[in-house]
Amino acid sequence: MSAPRPLPRLDPDNRFFWTSGEDGKLRFLQCSDCATFLHPPRPICFNCLSENVAPAVVPGTGVVDTFTINHQKWSPNMEVPFVIARVAIDGAPGVILTTNIIGSPVDEVEFGDRVEVVFEQQEDVFLPFFKKVG
Amino acid sequence: MAEAYITGIGQSQVGQKLTRHPLLLTTDAIREALADSGLSLADIDGISTYPGKASGYLGFSPVGCEDLIDALHLKVRWYNGGMETSAQLGAVATAAAAVKAGLARHVICFRTVYEAAAMARPQDYPMSRSARVEASSQWTAPFNATSAVTWVAQYAMRHVKKYGMTREQLAQISLTDRANALLNPRALVREPLSMEQYLAARMIAEPMCLFDCDRFSDASTVLIVSAGDALGDVKCTPIRIAASAYQSGGRHSWDQAEVMASYPTGAELWKHTDYKPKDVNTVQLYDGFAFLAITWLEGLGFCGIGEGGKFIEGGHRIALDGELPLNTFGGQIGAGRLHGFGFAHESVVQLRGQGGARQIKGDPKVAVAASGGGPLASVLLLARD
Ligand SMILES: [Zn+2]
Repeated sequence: MSAPRPLPRLDPDNRFFWTSGEDGKLRFLQCSDCATFLHPPRPICFNCLSENVAPAVVPGTGVVDTFTINHQKWSPNMEVPFVIARVAIDGAPGVILTTNIIGSPVDEVEFGDRVEVVFEQQEDVFLPFFKKVG
Repeated sequence: MAEAYITGIGQSQVGQKLTRHPLLLTTDAIREALADSGLSLADIDGISTYPGKASGYLGFSPVGCEDLIDALHLKVRWYNGGMETSAQLGAVATAAAAVKAGLARHVICFRTVYEAAAMARPQDYPMSRSARVEASSQWTAPFNATSAVTWVAQYAMRHVKKYGMTREQLAQISLTDRANALLNPRALVREPLSMEQYLAARMIAEPMCLFDCDRFSDASTVLIVSAGDALGDVKCTPIRIAASAYQSGGRHSWDQAEVMASYPTGAELWKHTDYKPKDVNTVQLYDGFAFLAITWLEGLGFCGIGEGGKFIEGGHRIALDGELPLNTFGGQIGAGRLHGFGFAHESVVQLRGQGGARQIKGDPKVAVAASGGGPLASVLLLARD
């Protein structure tokens, strides 16, 4: 359990995403007509303009696209250093998620690392963190 | 074809924790710009600003068009101020479009910042905080990626890993800024910075260290933009806005975009002019975080993508006496976080030959002023005819 985070205000567009971890699965919005993934979630597909969009389960794995090791305490309770990363999401082409890589020393994260989702619940939000696979 | 010119520039004192009212900092800068141009307030019929009054956090932008128009009883025909334009100099590019279209003849463009004062006096300038984060912040803040430096750092890390950018290369932005700031009487930071000090600095978000970040400042910067057929009213050397570009394609997102908007926007700029990068005598490039200036060098085509680190290696090329002097006033890292407008202000200073101790050699005729990072980008090509 990490220190309390700034949490998102849940609304009709984002609620499915931030509560997706309740059953341990990661979801992104997908166009039901052309299969394009839409992130951040919008009520229309940019590719085919279909409004037939719905959350879809993805495998919950991904690849570290880039990262930084953050050393600055941005709030008094923040524990540093930690890794902020952009993870390319498996099964959702084109979707990148900004997240934290947890569970390994900060200097052992590298571009191309395979990672998998680990949810942490804070209030009514399930934060999708990632840890290295294997 | 209708043209637009910068016909006056002004700036207030630049400091931290100033107590002078932010509207008065703004009028200080206006007074200086009017004296520079030879215009009077009665000539002003337009106002443009970025990002408009930020009621939720006045330190970020304490003065908007409405305050200024009513405080000075200005008779304006056109005004514009908003966050949803592509970065700070978007306010100037929009003013240029307005005077070309005949909507106004002389437009005061301003950017007033009061962040250092607001942080020092939170009781007077509170930051309104809601219990939860919204909009684009929701995709970063829950992961403690609250500062833009952590977003910029992830782009910079790509340059480290894919192109071999070194700390010594990245250092040249702030070393150059700080050296130039020593020659600018208004610069906020007027102490030299050595490579040894840079390399010993604490990390903020790797590869960005403390000296790669600008400092909150209190200041106002003003540019007067005039229509080409109104130059008879002004007494100074007008500087033509030869071309401009805003965020040009790509995702409007810090993390979904493959590259920052400085790349497509830099390329877009050259589609609107016969000038080429080789014609440019000086570049004034946004450096709120040092790496952003490297993205502008690459995006504008002064070097290839990924070559920015090598391009500035050693610092000679971008020094005051180099082939492409960069941020001759100190940039935001040296001169203070003027937030975008400082780059256009300095371009005009250099093109008029008014830089004093920091004036670049030769007879500079063309400059680039760029603002913004991530999905925000606006750039001006400025020329003295
Ligand atoms: Zn579709």
